Amino acid sequence: MAILVLAEHDNQQLKPGVTNAVAAAQKIGGEIHLLVAGSACSGAASAAAQVAGVAKILVADAPHYAGGSPENLAPLLVGIAKNYSHLLASASAYGKNVMPRVAALLDVAQISEIISVESPDTFVRPIYAGNAFATVQSTDAIKVITVRATGFDAVAATGGAAAIENIAVAADSGQSKILKQELTKSDRPELVAAKRIVSGGRGMGDGDKYRQVLEPLADKLGAALGASRAAVDAGFVPNDYQVGQTGKIVAPELYIAVGISGAIQHLAGMKDSKVIVAINKDPEAPIFQVADYGLVGDLFTLVPELTAAL
Amino acid sequence: MKILVPVKRVVDYNVKVRVKADQSGVELTNIKMSMNPFDEISIEEAIKLREAGVATEIIAVSIGVTQCQETLRTALAMGADRAILVETVADVQPLAVAKLLKAICEKESPQLVILGKQAIDDDSNQTGQMLAALLDWPQATFASKVTVTSGMAEVMREIDGGMETIEIKLPAIITTDLRLNTPRYATLPNIMKAKKKPLDVMTPETLGVDVTPRLKTLKVVEPPKRKGGVIVTDVAALIDKLKNEAKVI
Ligand SMILES: Cc1cc2nc3c(=O)[nH]c(=O)nc-3n(C[C@H](O)[C@H](O)[C@H](O)COP(=O)(O)OP(=O)(O)OC[C@H]3O[C@@H](n4cnc5c(N)ncnc54)[C@H](O)[C@@H]3O)c2cc1C
Ligand SMILES: Cc1cc2nc3c(=O)[nH]c(=O)nc-3n(C[C@H](O)[C@H](O)[C@H](O)COP(=O)(O)OP(=O)(O)OC[C@H]3O[C@@H](n4cnc5c(N)ncnc54)[C@H](O)[C@@H]3O)c2cc1C
Repeated sequence: MAILVLAEHDNQQLKPGVTNAVAAAQKIGGEIHLLVAGSACSGAASAAAQVAGVAKILVADAPHYAGGSPENLAPLLVGIAKNYSHLLASASAYGKNVMPRVAALLDVAQISEIISVESPDTFVRPIYAGNAFATVQSTDAIKVITVRATGFDAVAATGGAAAIENIAVAADSGQSKILKQELTKSDRPELVAAKRIVSGGRGMGDGDKYRQVLEPLADKLGAALGASRAAVDAGFVPNDYQVGQTGKIVAPELYIAVGISGAIQHLAGMKDSKVIVAINKDPEAPIFQVADYGLVGDLFTLVPELTAAL
Repeated sequence: MKILVPVKRVVDYNVKVRVKADQSGVELTNIKMSMNPFDEISIEEAIKLREAGVATEIIAVSIGVTQCQETLRTALAMGADRAILVETVADVQPLAVAKLLKAICEKESPQLVILGKQAIDDDSNQTGQMLAALLDWPQATFASKVTVTSGMAEVMREIDGGMETIEIKLPAIITTDLRLNTPRYATLPNIMKAKKKPLDVMTPETLGVDVTPRLKTLKVVEPPKRKGGVIVTDVAALIDKLKNEAKVI
């Protein structure tokens, strides 16, 4: 049977995790369809049609799909679920919001944040902030799954030529309404898709110093900016910068942790990075236990020195 | 109006868990257990709504073993009015938890159920959304600000790109994120008072809910260990390593 991947998008373009979820679908095996639900989302539908390895794009275009409301998306998915063995989405805020709702309506379990496919019904997922990996087997007829992007190498975003088909839209539930969105504007790469990340913690002192010290380094490296929970809680940077168990999970080629102690909740979000650099004045900081390269000293001297030398 | 707050007993967030040698799960004997931190935030938010005159009663619910009574007493000491334990030794997965909570909602008719966005043991991030589906109520997940006015809740949510504010009709489900509030500590007099507050015990059977797990855990293993690296002497040495050894710049 076929596999359906719910595609997150901004009506124009696909979000980064979609191509990783398609990669997970390929591991499961079967014909892959993408669902693009949005409002005036033909741009996103054409982008979806180019994703490698996808056979068909289902488009549900209506004003009430604009904000990705789970009250509206879940019934839409449930309406077409019988054609599929697996329903997948990336484990982003969007996917996590919708997929459990779909699973409950289908009376099946939802499997959160898989990092590996062992067979069509058996998956590996991290528990306890990544301190244990559980292999779980589903006994349900339809498997509803969210995919952790860092577990699967993305398929190519271009090169495919899937057919686009419009599907019937469901009625607006009217239960929920978006009043406003305040999205962080940035020219930098998205945190979850970035190849390089510069991340700052409480050691940065305040928001101004965070920006003065870390932005030039991130500019030099073409890196995204991240943060620990402590830095977000203290208001140095917006919430969407948070890396960790309860923030974003990242695995870039290079992760530079500056003034971050390395609490397990932070490590849970970045310890799969290829190369980790830690800059911290405390030689005992736990971050050094996972760092490939550690630099002990005052970040306010070392980071500008590093930026200048690059 | 009534607010229902499900609270889960989990391994304390400071404990580094160890996988059992037989790969059946993680070691839980003699481990410090606490209330899931997100659920403390939920209780705090419910208390604030009662202090603001919006809520009249806060009911804490926990599902699990007898010792979950301790977690419920903590909720009562923080300020919940009464508690319900659904006692079971079964491995209750999110769908089963949601079904049990639905059964309790049908008895208690709360206008708001405030759950944590995720439990820090199983990290599922599902239960609130599932309960919303089963009740056909709207949901506001990952809340960082909540305002309740007549029949409506305005909720600011943490989403991937920043913040979003939505308006939902009550009754509704809210799941809490870290920055919603700072939970209060239970004071000694309140801990004493909590011992006298009502705590009802029910079972999945009396609620008529089948909690058979849908997911079988085949094994639980340790993740691959990262090798600790080296401390470099200065910035020049770091750049050399990144260029010539790691080849990432
Ligand atoms: C339920 C729950 C969920 C959580 N989720 C997350 C999460 O998703 N992500 C997350 O990050 N945390 C999370 N946490 C918080 C986590 O436990 C830590 O509190 C947090 O990560 C600490 O942030 P930090 O390393 O920036 O601060 P600290 O631990 O205070 O470390 C600051 C570091 O900066 C260094 N430093 C200070 N000044 C300088 C200087 N001038 N030069 C060099 N170094 C300096 C210090 O030596 C220290 O090591 C969570 C906690 C809980 C309870
Ligand atoms: C005896 C026993 C054995 C178990 N064995 C395993 C095992 O082998 N493998 C494994 O992976 N897991 C096991 N579990 C854990 C169980 O599967 C999880 O509790 C369940 O999957 C819920 O996931 P979650 O807590 O991450 O849900 P989430 O959706 O992350 O929880 C979100 C919120 O839901 C509410 N909530 C969730 N659970 C409860 C509860 N019990 N009571 C009250 N409120 C709640 C809380 O408000 C919480 O903040 C076991 C649990 C028990 C009791």
